[in-house]
Amino acid sequence: MTAWHIVLLASIACAAIKLIGYAVPPAVLEKPAPARIANLLTVALLSALIAVQTLAQASTAVLDARVPALLVAALLFALRVPFIIVVIAAAAVAAAIRAFV
Amino acid sequence: MVRSEAVKTAVRAGIAVGVATGAYGISFGALSVAAGLDIWQTIVLSSVMFTGGSQFALVGVLASGGLSAGPAAIASAVLLGSRNALYSIRMSPIIGGGLLRRIGAAWITIDESTAVATAQTELRAQRAGFWVTGLAVFVGWNAMTIVGAVIGDQLGDVRQYGLDAAAAAAFLGLLWPRLRELQPIAVAVGAAVVATVLTPIVPSGIPVLAAALVAVLVGAFNWFSRPSARAESASPSGASSDPGDPRPSGADDGSVSTGAGHSMEEEK
Repeated sequence: MTAWHIVLLASIACAAIKLIGYAVPPAVLEKPAPARIANLLTVALLSALIAVQTLAQASTAVLDARVPALLVAALLFALRVPFIIVVIAAAAVAAAIRAFV
Repeated sequence: MVRSEAVKTAVRAGIAVGVATGAYGISFGALSVAAGLDIWQTIVLSSVMFTGGSQFALVGVLASGGLSAGPAAIASAVLLGSRNALYSIRMSPIIGGGLLRRIGAAWITIDESTAVATAQTELRAQRAGFWVTGLAVFVGWNAMTIVGAVIGDQLGDVRQYGLDAAAAAAFLGLLWPRLRELQPIAVAVGAAVVATVLTPIVPSGIPVLAAALVAVLVGAFNWFSRPSARAESASPSGASSDPGDPRPSGADDGSVSTGAGHSMEEEK
């Protein structure tokens, strides 16, 4: 699988998902379980991605500069700081720890 | 046709959201080239896939697992993009007929456009909010993606700049607004634990997919739900939907618990 295969397959699939919604009768949304699962799916995947992105190194889990960076990000999000500033701050914390510790 | 105050409000909201979203297109562009994709592949992701969470997920899995994690990367992006189908279903009666119009609408059906549209009360304002937000985000997101990709290309070792931590923070920013009730918080904790525990055991990319099962289980059995949490909904704004609405399912008059029902009926 080349990078282009991955990019094109994933892009077309994600675009198709949006189109499918316009072909589905709106009554589907009134069944609570599918809507609930789709919403929770978003939460589960984002949370799992955060865990992997913060802890995984090759095939092990480690604690490094990413952990304090994420804690700072969580604090800033709790204080309602805008997204882009939080992302930059997290990068800066990790970069500073790696440079000076 | 006079532009009503409500339409103007929706248009202003849409443009503001577009500008704000464009700003973090930079981080996506930089992370995408850091993950090993080239600038053109990055541009295809932002213009064709055009759904930020899935884009971040795809490059996140590729960054840690390389091209051999491709199938898992695609699966993560698709699963994360499945919520857009819910937005499409919600927007469908608001957008109205016409094949080309619906295809165009599908392209820009994302968290932001749906949120701005469903926050409006008049049908015309909902439509204006949807199109203006979708197009503003599309333009801003794609333009800034290119800027980010070009900058990222010059950076070299991205860990030195903390870009790996920036990716985690970006995911956290997408997750944060969804953690308002017990059920999603329980799912978030469970998914993080599953993904972390599996990381040393299974190939890269699989821990994230396995964590999706937490959502399926909790959602199917409706664990951790409270009566007051019933309004947990397909709406990114969380404002107006109630899946528990006892409306008969044949009532496809546009009032699909979008809060659009009122104005839709008026239009008829």
